[in-house]
Amino acid sequence: MTNSIESKTANEVICATLSDAVKTTPDLVVLTSDSRGSAGMTSFISDNPANSIETGIAEQNLVTVAAGLAHAHKRPFVFSPAAFLTMRSVEQVKVDVAYSKTNVKLIGISGGNSYSNLGTTHHSLQDLAITCAIPNLEVYTPADQFETRALLNYLIHSKKPAYVRVGKRKLDNCYPKDWSTFVPGKANILRNGADICLISAGETLFPTLQAASILATKGIEATVVDLVSIKPLDTELLHKLAQKFNLILSVEEHSIINGIGAQIATIIAQHAHAKLKILGFPDEPAISGTQDEVFAYYGLDAESIAQKAILSLKG
Amino acid sequence: MNTIELQKKALTIREAVWELIYSAKTGHTGSDFSCIDILTALYFDVLQQTPDTFGKPETDTYIQSKGHAVEALYETLALRGYFPKTDLNNFSGFKTHYIGHPTNDIHGIEMNTGSLGHGLGLGVGVALAAKMDKLTKKTFVLMGDGEQAEGSIWEAAMAAGNYHLDNLIGIIDHNKLQISGSTTSVMNSESLASKYTAFGWDVIEINGNDMTDLLDALHQDNLTSKPRLILANTIKGKGISFMENQANWHHKVPSESQYLEGLNELKAQKEALEND
Repeated sequence: MTNSIESKTANEVICATLSDAVKTTPDLVVLTSDSRGSAGMTSFISDNPANSIETGIAEQNLVTVAAGLAHAHKRPFVFSPAAFLTMRSVEQVKVDVAYSKTNVKLIGISGGNSYSNLGTTHHSLQDLAITCAIPNLEVYTPADQFETRALLNYLIHSKKPAYVRVGKRKLDNCYPKDWSTFVPGKANILRNGADICLISAGETLFPTLQAASILATKGIEATVVDLVSIKPLDTELLHKLAQKFNLILSVEEHSIINGIGAQIATIIAQHAHAKLKILGFPDEPAISGTQDEVFAYYGLDAESIAQKAILSLKG
Repeated sequence: MNTIELQKKALTIREAVWELIYSAKTGHTGSDFSCIDILTALYFDVLQQTPDTFGKPETDTYIQSKGHAVEALYETLALRGYFPKTDLNNFSGFKTHYIGHPTNDIHGIEMNTGSLGHGLGLGVGVALAAKMDKLTKKTFVLMGDGEQAEGSIWEAAMAAGNYHLDNLIGIIDHNKLQISGSTTSVMNSESLASKYTAFGWDVIEINGNDMTDLLDALHQDNLTSKPRLILANTIKGKGISFMENQANWHHKVPSESQYLEGLNELKAQKEALEND
């Protein structure tokens, strides 16, 4: 962890990385649906008007136009709240992007529970389930500024369609500042311990790391894995972990239905004996509150994760 | 190519589509026949595209939003030399690429369509890219009239007007029928001309089964700084008397006697043209 470095939002990192990349990648195009401010892309659009397209509040057309641009050899990055991008536009994502294999990068901003007090209309707690079920589409959710930067540098050069879920708030640092590794289908082990394996991705990775620190004070050593690449999944590592550990705990800012935990469960059920506990959002409209309050209510804060681990180990 | 030659091509395509659907026992028969003249005009006269230049940045783009009329597109592309006609022998068969809607696995097909309401937005993206790259190419999108009920069409129409995409040509195959009946009875989208005009388009209304009308409209210079809509009034099932204007021929497969009768009608039309 790199706590001495100021934390940043994913949006800040994405804007800076694309602003830099467009200087040498003139085919890069940013599309927004009245979402430039929410996406933190205002400076990119002001500085690069010829590389920016506004579609208005029309998320279906946002995705389809991006697919048309990609078909005509552009490299579109599409920004819209994850809740709308993965539901309002899901058929456009399935047909125009994934099925047609157009090189569109879909950036779902303010994902998960970022818009905590704005209600279910603005929550995207099913986006990973939806996007992972679409063939030809890669799905990623980075955890901090350094991983976001590494991921973006991959996406800029990749020719494959991808969906990326990022949150709204400043991300606590989980990686060293010079982290530049991003490999599709490759998870990262951030901490090694023999007693329990904790797997997370995105904004719940940091409280999961904190939970491992709490557990260490109680003599429980945890391995912590950042899945980051939700599709393709690092099945090789998951096989190994499922054979090595008796207990795996997954933590996610997503519905417990068909999210990260469910994907891990599929691997374990096929290949190993480990028990799995899935921590996430229950199958109900989420309560209102600050994001931290909501995380704590659903047991996704560091203390709750640690307690759940201890209880499960006693099991 | 002169008008008579194009009319002959259109009849050849009608014969091929009729046979393809009869052999495979599947297809969107009435929808194919209504737009075959439009496809013929595009692929044999208007489109600046050949099998060799297909897909190049400066080459014209054709997107078939009404993907269900894929048999018409397949036979047009085969006749134009994009792929051998024998490729269609396994049309809709086991593991074929030649399925019941367009896919870009096939040389000559730009985008995967079939779900309605996507093509115009794709066309907006391609036309925007051409503007960004200062290319003079044009983008053509063929839509159905029943398809006009899709909300995504109007998102795309608004964007095309907003961006003054005078390099984009939308064509509506306006045969006034859809699977459940007349377009006005299922969901009245009239007046399409005034709707597109209000969305910032230049609208030309023609007889979409008349080759002269089609060529005039498709070649007409656009000096308006607006996207152009060609409202092509057509007859669903055009060319075979018992199929014309019948909603139930939307995806009906001819019986043996209907097949032979239809084939005779098409042959008679071709002979009449030969004698002209």
